[in-house]
Amino acid sequence: MSAASADGAGPATGAVPRRRLPVRIRPARPAALAAGLVLALILLAAIWPGLFTGRPPNAVDPPAALQGPGAAHLFGTDELGRDEFSRVVHGTRVSLGVGLGATALALALGSAAGVVAATAGRVVDEAVMRVCDILLSFPGLLLALLVVAVLGPGTADATVAIGVSMAPGFAKLVRSQALVIRRSDYVRAAVTFGRRRSEIHLRHVAPNALAPLLVLATVTVGGAIVAGSSLSFLGLGPQPPSPDWGSMLADGQNYLAVSWAVAVFPGLAVTATVVSSTVVGAYLRRRFEGRGAGDGF
Amino acid sequence: MTGRAAAGWLLRRLALGAVVVLGAATVAFLAFHLATGDPVRVLLGAETPTPAQLAEVRTQLGYDRPVLVQYGSFLGHLVRGDLGYSYQTREPVSELIGDQLLPTVELAGSALILALAASVALAVATAGRRPVLRGVSSLLELVAISAPSFWVGVLLLTFFSFRLHLFPAVGSDNVDALVLPAVTLALGLVGTFTQVLRAGIERALAEPFVLSSRARGTGQTQVRRRHALPHALVPLIALSGWTVGALLSGSVVIETIFSRQGLGRVVATAVGGRDLPVITGVTVVSAAAFTLTSLLVDWLSRVVDPRLRENPA
Repeated sequence: MSAASADGAGPATGAVPRRRLPVRIRPARPAALAAGLVLALILLAAIWPGLFTGRPPNAVDPPAALQGPGAAHLFGTDELGRDEFSRVVHGTRVSLGVGLGATALALALGSAAGVVAATAGRVVDEAVMRVCDILLSFPGLLLALLVVAVLGPGTADATVAIGVSMAPGFAKLVRSQALVIRRSDYVRAAVTFGRRRSEIHLRHVAPNALAPLLVLATVTVGGAIVAGSSLSFLGLGPQPPSPDWGSMLADGQNYLAVSWAVAVFPGLAVTATVVSSTVVGAYLRRRFEGRGAGDGF
Repeated sequence: MTGRAAAGWLLRRLALGAVVVLGAATVAFLAFHLATGDPVRVLLGAETPTPAQLAEVRTQLGYDRPVLVQYGSFLGHLVRGDLGYSYQTREPVSELIGDQLLPTVELAGSALILALAASVALAVATAGRRPVLRGVSSLLELVAISAPSFWVGVLLLTFFSFRLHLFPAVGSDNVDALVLPAVTLALGLVGTFTQVLRAGIERALAEPFVLSSRARGTGQTQVRRRHALPHALVPLIALSGWTVGALLSGSVVIETIFSRQGLGRVVATAVGGRDLPVITGVTVVSAAAFTLTSLLVDWLSRVVDPRLRENPA
């Protein structure tokens, strides 16, 4: 990780990304590999929590409440005596689910809007872009909070809220990508050779537009996980007794004077996930740099 | 660039800003109407109203009128600064915002000053030299950016309030109580600020004017401070939009952790209680403030960096 250093490229003045974590690092290959390994472990915990712990996350044991970390309970226990390690492991699926779900939704909504804007003529383009500007004018988490207020708290609602609030960034990138690729020489060449429209889109436009999008998605996941756990910390995400990093921390906050463990480990899990996905995302971005319009992110 | 062109730019941006704010108000109005559940029932709370009571309150609030008429009256009230009444406290939303604005501005302002001071110091110290120090700093910045503010806040609370008893855990009355929340909010900004500043300084250090300044015998630190830093501040100005968003979102979480008064706390409570007039009010006001800020920022960038005036936005 010590090889991570500042990005030399200048930030584009004008449109500044607001909902993503603005990070500029250029991780070296070993750092990216280490981060990838951590990320793989986290993904494995989300898919198969039983591999890491045999304890059920919601098994209550009041006499053993608020113990510190030890041999019996690796991360200690919470106020009901539930095993904190098991809850952190099982919480991976919930927390990662919100982050990945929101990113997927933002990707789908944003791509659809961006493609429509780029292809459906000037009036539609202008309308879609103004809607994006309007949605981007709600600073930070506020749009997500507004959507949660409309839908009510819950896992799915929080996911939708964050996905919607992140979609405009994807829409702008897809639109600029589509416009650049459409004017590129290889598409013109394909048109000259009389290739069919569908074939050009499938063989030339889609693969070239996809790489930067996937990279943006990797970079966005971190922000989505932080946003999701912030909502759940405020009690607006997954509802109890569902183990989730944000709500575990919110519960633990009331017992800080007794046990520090309840506050440390869920947050550590969020931070480790976000750091590793950010490093992997930055590494991928570097690999794909120079392909398509790299300026969009 | 002539004054007329500048005026044209400003007019165009103002018109665009007005469209965005009107759009934000429309989104808020739609949100209000799309919300599941009857607002009148939410308003009456625990009471079990008769259908006649429900109808009466509905007429009182004008919810029985056609949607377009309601939209018109919503905009009309908005222009006069009337944002409706809170479901929970029944106070006017505009007064609620006015009362709670100061503690949040206090928190956000002190966090911003802290973050700027720390990141300028870090960036000047690590830009383009001391690879080890710089690597460590990069790693810490990444962690600072990635760690969610609620976790940082809770960690600081655990250590400084519950272990060392240095600062109070709750409240917003005195300066002592401001330290931990401000540091928490600032930590979220320091990582990003430092990275942007350092990239800017390193870019500037590669410029010929730095070489000529060094040739005249100016010291390393002096070159950074006097010649490179001003160049690095331009991208930081461009980041203002992100900063405002981070400060606002941060204060929602941080005011909740530290039980502080403020706008963020009002928002958190309102979303939990589904107090839609408060949420729509705060979002419209912050969208307007945000739009105005980005206009000012773009104007400021044009003043600071004349190169931006050549291709008008």
